[in-house]
Amino acid sequence: MDNRLELANTAVAPPPPRPHPAETSTSRPPARPREDRIGYLFLTPWFLGMALFTVGPILGSLYLSFTEYTLLKPPEWLGLENYRQMLDDPRLHRSLLVTFVYVFVSVPVQLVLALALALLLDRGVRGLSFYRSVYYLPSLLAGSVSIAILWRQIFGQDGLVNQLLAFAGIEGVSWVAHPDFALGTLVLLNAWTFGAPMVIFLAGLRQIPASYYEAAQVDGAGPVSRFVHITLPMLTPIIFFNLVLQLIGAFQSFTQAFVISGGRGGPSDSTLLYTLYLYERGFGSFDMGYASAMAWVLLVMIAVLTGLNFLFARRWVFYGS
Amino acid sequence: MGARRWPRHVLLLGFGLVMLYPLLWMVSSSVKPTETIFRDPSIWPTELDLGNYTEGWTALEHPFHYYLWNSAVIAILAVAGNLISCSLAAYAFARLDFRGRKLCFALMLATLMLPIHVLIVPQYVLFSQLDWINTNLPLVVPKFLAHDAFFIFLMVQFIRGLPRELDEAARIDGCGHIRIYWRIIMPLSVPALATSALFTFIWTWNDFFSQLIFLTDPELWTMPVALRSFMDGQGETAWGQLFAMSIVGLAPIFGFFLAGQRYLTQGISTTGFR
Repeated sequence: MDNRLELANTAVAPPPPRPHPAETSTSRPPARPREDRIGYLFLTPWFLGMALFTVGPILGSLYLSFTEYTLLKPPEWLGLENYRQMLDDPRLHRSLLVTFVYVFVSVPVQLVLALALALLLDRGVRGLSFYRSVYYLPSLLAGSVSIAILWRQIFGQDGLVNQLLAFAGIEGVSWVAHPDFALGTLVLLNAWTFGAPMVIFLAGLRQIPASYYEAAQVDGAGPVSRFVHITLPMLTPIIFFNLVLQLIGAFQSFTQAFVISGGRGGPSDSTLLYTLYLYERGFGSFDMGYASAMAWVLLVMIAVLTGLNFLFARRWVFYGS
Repeated sequence: MGARRWPRHVLLLGFGLVMLYPLLWMVSSSVKPTETIFRDPSIWPTELDLGNYTEGWTALEHPFHYYLWNSAVIAILAVAGNLISCSLAAYAFARLDFRGRKLCFALMLATLMLPIHVLIVPQYVLFSQLDWINTNLPLVVPKFLAHDAFFIFLMVQFIRGLPRELDEAARIDGCGHIRIYWRIIMPLSVPALATSALFTFIWTWNDFFSQLIFLTDPELWTMPVALRSFMDGQGETAWGQLFAMSIVGLAPIFGFFLAGQRYLTQGISTTGFR
């Protein structure tokens, strides 16, 4: 009803003066309630999706985490029992350890590689787009079962790596089947995907004004000093962005470890990532209650880690003027 | 000048070769008889033998194109779902001023950090109550409801960069928002839409976790699930055939990469800014 009034009004009254485009960044146009309806209309699929597949499941899994539930009979209230069990579940502790080692080793390795190659590629190297493509391709493929199969073979007893070592007269072991090395092969596979963060670094490097470097050169700064005083500080927001993104990504690794270890996280649980253990409890033994508790702990861990990241970012991320 | 550039190119090329060597080796192994794969690390096959492809194609219960088709159906539907639902949401966030916009946008960004593993158990419970397990619905319906927040974000970033004068001119001509979205913003957003389509296809094609969980019936298996069963199926793995089928599985991604690499690299660059 109000709307109709308003429509009638706009038909006769001239539209309110719009702010000059240049001012829009400082002064926003007055809120026009007429855009509420159309806004919610456009967002309807997203609202439905949020309710059905995100918010609903998060709350549902909170409830389920306090129950015993195997899909066959209705959930049975247990209180904190699932969480208490998590405290003395050695395999869970193992999976946490494996996950943290994997995340905190593989992400720095990947980001250092990404930054190093981005620096090598910057400054108009000939064939830049060719190199960028070559290094980026593995990032696109690495999540696939195909590559996991390839990795399992390369690092197997008579795989490619051992064939190459044999030329040097070294006898290798089956890396994927050795408790000390299996996780290392997964770290290497993650390092192999440095192309995605590298592309983001390259875009970031291009944002640094050339005049900064020219001024530094006039002042007699060498390449190392230019890197430390210009490149690194100017890149910190990008480093931060990549760090958050890759940490969350590494926590979610599943396919490679699952395929390479035959679904078990072996040998002797050395590649039992948290996600693998969650899959085993939730979809191997249909322990939905316990798996929900695990999911919630994972949620809290990621939230804390990301929060810490943002907290510390103030100390080292440089948002220049 | 040329002399100073030499070492850098040697380094870049050498490193590139190390990066790609595993892939090249897989391709060459796929055309070698299985018994020679383990004797010869070179990537130049001495004989060209396509037997791995013909035998691998029919090694499973269904011919391999059956699984490729299952994968393609899901991936194409996922692309359609993401393009429609994410662009609608992105238009609202980028161009409409409604109550609660900032809060909704923050919520949307927060879901970017939400691992699927946190949601998968309760989603499974929900889908099993709907009787959707062993159908494609759990893999497709969420895409039509803008569940992939990453693409909303990508499109919002892009639409914000389009000049507002275009919308304003259309408003003065009496266009409503639906027409502006469809007639002006969508055609101008083709680069962002192409990037989203490519990434959606590639990620869905590669996706294994949710397909493993929701499609337990071998009749519905997608290419990755079938590949994995191939590997763990028999005691003695036919590596040559397995490699051949792995390459067939990677081929579409490689094709899209060659065709759309500009969109792909621009897409991941733009999301990191502003």
